[in-house]
Amino acid sequence: MRTQAPILAALVLCLASLAFALDFPPLTGRVVDQANIMTAQSRTDLEAKLKELEDKSGIQLVVATVKSLQGGDVETYANGLFRYWKLGEAKKNNGVLLLIAPAEHKVRIEVGYGLEGTLTDALSSVIISSAIVPRFKTGDFSGGIERGVDGIVGVLSGDTADWQPRVHVRSDDDSSVINDLLVPLFPMLIFFLIWYLMGSATGAGSARAVRQGGRTVFIPYGGSTWGSGWGGGIGRGGFGGGFSGGGGWSGGGGASGSW
Amino acid sequence: MPNVMSRILFALTIIGLSVSLSGCGYNTIPTLQEQAKARWSDVQNQYQRRADLIPNLVSTVQGYAAQEKNVLTAVVEARAKATQIKVDASDLTDPDKIKAFQDAQAQLTGALGRLLAVSENYPELKSNANFLALQSQLEGTENRISVARRDYIDAVRAFNTALRTFPTIVWAKTAFAGEKPMAEFTATTGAETPPQVKF
Repeated sequence: MRTQAPILAALVLCLASLAFALDFPPLTGRVVDQANIMTAQSRTDLEAKLKELEDKSGIQLVVATVKSLQGGDVETYANGLFRYWKLGEAKKNNGVLLLIAPAEHKVRIEVGYGLEGTLTDALSSVIISSAIVPRFKTGDFSGGIERGVDGIVGVLSGDTADWQPRVHVRSDDDSSVINDLLVPLFPMLIFFLIWYLMGSATGAGSARAVRQGGRTVFIPYGGSTWGSGWGGGIGRGGFGGGFSGGGGWSGGGGASGSW
Repeated sequence: MPNVMSRILFALTIIGLSVSLSGCGYNTIPTLQEQAKARWSDVQNQYQRRADLIPNLVSTVQGYAAQEKNVLTAVVEARAKATQIKVDASDLTDPDKIKAFQDAQAQLTGALGRLLAVSENYPELKSNANFLALQSQLEGTENRISVARRDYIDAVRAFNTALRTFPTIVWAKTAFAGEKPMAEFTATTGAETPPQVKF
């Protein structure tokens, strides 16, 4: 029984990761038209519009159309895709995802945690039901998406003066700032501690060998261990100069609709 | 001179210990525990957010459908019951408390679902702007609840797994011998599905 417990737990974890293993498209740009429902002209126009929004306000708005929700509901898929792409800046969580699933006739605006106060559920719902759904019903996907993006951009830039203070930084970010500072400082402190101790020992004949040994063995060791921790802390998965998410997070804000 | 040597040895031991402790997952258990607790407070916040929306919703519906007294009182009572049950982070290892919390919230979900179903019969209510806004806020909150619940379940699973797998099981049996596994949500009928709202 006792030996089986860890194996069982590991199996449960494997199952859990399988259950959530939705297949997401790669983030190739600000418009990811996997379902191929938009005109080329509209894709280029939107790319420019969305880039302008990010340049001005830092808000990362991405439009995605997918071939299939893979059996899940649009809310689960949108939240999973948002987190997979990490839209918005990590500290501000200022990303927005407009997801369209033409096969299931579902649309969702998934709002990053930091923008929930500006682009509220009610406003997202109004944008979907008044700007997007009527055009989708007539088969005009490009038009519906463009009007939807205009609506979202309008809400987000309408009060750029006072949305900044409203952006909510989650409390667990505070500790990570301190950690980011402490991690590189810690090995330096230890280094100086050894330095100091060694220094006080230089008068002794036998300490020299220890000193050399200490330098060659321990300093690179400590440096590499903590160094990798530091690198991991700030490193982000990018696409070699291309467009990528900034580490943002969504707690499920926004609204969904269908047509 | 032996004094100097012992100081060096002491310093090296401290460095060695701190590196090996964090390398062997000494920090893993407290870290995962704190994460699970934080996810729990998200769950409670989202349920609280739903409770905060209800008085406004009830009074809006009352204006158009006052005759649906039973449904309205059921919502008010279920809300009162649900807001009474709070689960502290220290009680997360107690499955009974989690279950009591979950049951009360599930009852409120059911009562809200009936209220929204009944409001379908009142065209004036359905076109009321305030009601529409509340409806979309409620839908959004139900979705946030399910996201928060999923995150909590994942965090608890990670913590509980750390208590039972190598190498962290070594610390679970020694330094953190007092830590018990946390209780997950169990699926209850109707709690997972948000009330269906149609425009």
